[in-house]
Amino acid sequence: MDIHEYQAKEILSRFGVPVPRGGLAYSPEQAGYRARELGGAAWVVKAQIHSGGRGAAGGVKLCRSADEVHAFAATLFGKQLVTKQTDANGKGVYRVWVEGASDIAREMYLGFVLDRKSERIMIVASAHGGMEIEDLAETDPDSLRRMTIDPAVGLSEFQARELAFQLGLQGGQIAQMVTILRACYRAYRDLDAVMVEINPLVITGTGDLVALDAKMSFDTNALFRRPEIAELRDRSQEDPRESTAGDHGLAYVGLDGDIGCIINGAGLAMATMDMIKLAGGEPANFLDIGGGASPERVVRAFRTVLADRNVSVILVNIFAGINRCDWVAQGVVQAYREVGLTIPVVVRLAGTNVEEGNAILQSSGLPLITADTLAEAAASAVAARPRIAA
Amino acid sequence: MAILITEKTRVIVQGMSGRIGAFHAADMIKYGTNVVGGVTPGKGGTTHLGLPLFNTVREAVEATGAEASLVFVPPPFAADAIMEAADAGIKTAVCVTDGIPSQDMMKVKRFLKRYPFDKKMRLIGPNCAGIISPGKGFMGIMPPHIYMPGRVGIIGRSGTLGYEAASQMKALGIGVSTSVGIGGDPVNGSSFRDILELFQNDPETDAVMMIGEIGGPQEAEAAAWAARHMTKPVVAYIAGLSAPKGRKMGHAGAIISAFGESAQEKVEILSAAGITVAPNPSAMGETMAMVLNRRAAA
Repeated sequence: MDIHEYQAKEILSRFGVPVPRGGLAYSPEQAGYRARELGGAAWVVKAQIHSGGRGAAGGVKLCRSADEVHAFAATLFGKQLVTKQTDANGKGVYRVWVEGASDIAREMYLGFVLDRKSERIMIVASAHGGMEIEDLAETDPDSLRRMTIDPAVGLSEFQARELAFQLGLQGGQIAQMVTILRACYRAYRDLDAVMVEINPLVITGTGDLVALDAKMSFDTNALFRRPEIAELRDRSQEDPRESTAGDHGLAYVGLDGDIGCIINGAGLAMATMDMIKLAGGEPANFLDIGGGASPERVVRAFRTVLADRNVSVILVNIFAGINRCDWVAQGVVQAYREVGLTIPVVVRLAGTNVEEGNAILQSSGLPLITADTLAEAAASAVAARPRIAA
Repeated sequence: MAILITEKTRVIVQGMSGRIGAFHAADMIKYGTNVVGGVTPGKGGTTHLGLPLFNTVREAVEATGAEASLVFVPPPFAADAIMEAADAGIKTAVCVTDGIPSQDMMKVKRFLKRYPFDKKMRLIGPNCAGIISPGKGFMGIMPPHIYMPGRVGIIGRSGTLGYEAASQMKALGIGVSTSVGIGGDPVNGSSFRDILELFQNDPETDAVMMIGEIGGPQEAEAAAWAARHMTKPVVAYIAGLSAPKGRKMGHAGAIISAFGESAQEKVEILSAAGITVAPNPSAMGETMAMVLNRRAAA
């Protein structure tokens, strides 16, 4: 689960990371007011969306007067900001962060992630930060410093010091960097984060280290014990179809094709999509109904898939282990009755209670197309698409 | 002999008195699995499904001689249950629980390293379908009748795709020695490489079907190991060739994800290691048949 920059800064600051002073605004007027309240001669106005690459997309500006802050904020509110990291619809701007401009002498990069190879938290740091960090990772991977942290010991001071020296820091900056590294690690560990990123971490004109931008993501599996983090969820930044599906226990990702997919298990869902492509079709979505799906959840899956107007055929592919084919079949029949389906539906059932499931489908008298194998199901779905007059 | 579980393996179920635990434990017993008891803190001394319940794993091990444990415990308590099993001397634990926080799993992995090699517990999962040696016994949530006894090992991250492979092979008359679901979580107990090694050393396994997917370093790691150590043929399939690029926030993920995490790159790495990659998910069975035939002819 992602949070906004200003929320990440507030959290990290609580753990001891220095951040610039700033204020949040929900309107252009409030943004101008924040600038006057902060004082000074220059402010940075930043659109708060769950995405990186905001600067290049026009979501960040250095302003020289409170009126300019007001005017720029007015262009941001309500806008869908499209960045390199969002999809073509972008993300809506409903909050704006105003902070005092910093005097930047040098930009560095600092990230904390879960490294699947070592199965530990890994620090990734670079003496050169800013917007081109991903290019740097490609062109000069050796310039990135990596360090993994033993979960039983935590981040040792010597490790933090070593990293600070590797980044070319000097004098009092070493102690500042050690404080920042340990603060980020504690925030990551204590709040069940999966990502903490400060980019850029800057050295100011007076030689002090400040986190100019911050991002944090959290482990959704751990939200049950982090209610204060769960509260930060911002649904305006999520795809409404995906988050509504998620509320009903369905993992849904919308795609561009026209074959709606209802499948159990992420692996089988991906394999079915691969198979549809091979048969000459395009999947309209990824949808995993999860384990132990009730007939009601299956009906909800139909509703979710049908909300996409491009869908012209639905493929249900279930290989039941912890699921039950009879429940899925009941769901399919119920969906027909409740949703009033007018497009072809291909159903392939296998595994637990498959005989009962197929019996329910057959006795329903509905015009379902059934298939026995994965290949057959994909081919039938592609063949069942209504012919579009060309 | 199969790997990890046979008809003799004494199995306990942690969380056996729960609704889902009881349902699947009953299935396991019906199949012939040697289930000897269950663990539910506070219910020690009572019985469930005609088997004794214990308060702790240690008591269960002492009373029944259990060697394996199936962990059917909700996510907030699952990591603790796994560590309890390791400390009580269980040899193989299978955890099917989906949704364990990743830092809990990091802690579990670190904890398992405390034990010397001969006392170390092997963890399968979490978030997996379990393990089955067809005709002998199983621990998990899979539909056991789709597996035919035989001499091909299966390793897969996805449970349902593992079922798909087993049923395709069954349709072609190819049976399974043992099928192992290693689970799809970012931090898991056993990797592809770990299970490949068990199959390589199992006299009752002739070949291995390995089912991977996009993301993570474990398929590439297994390929490197197989190239150096596997003498038995390996067939693989990687799901997600058509998957859209994941959306992300920030740069950190992109920076550390090394070469070899996309489906296409995994296919290249596996092929270069001498592994036969099935071209699509409905060709897993026939690719295995082809490899076995070629081997029989040689």
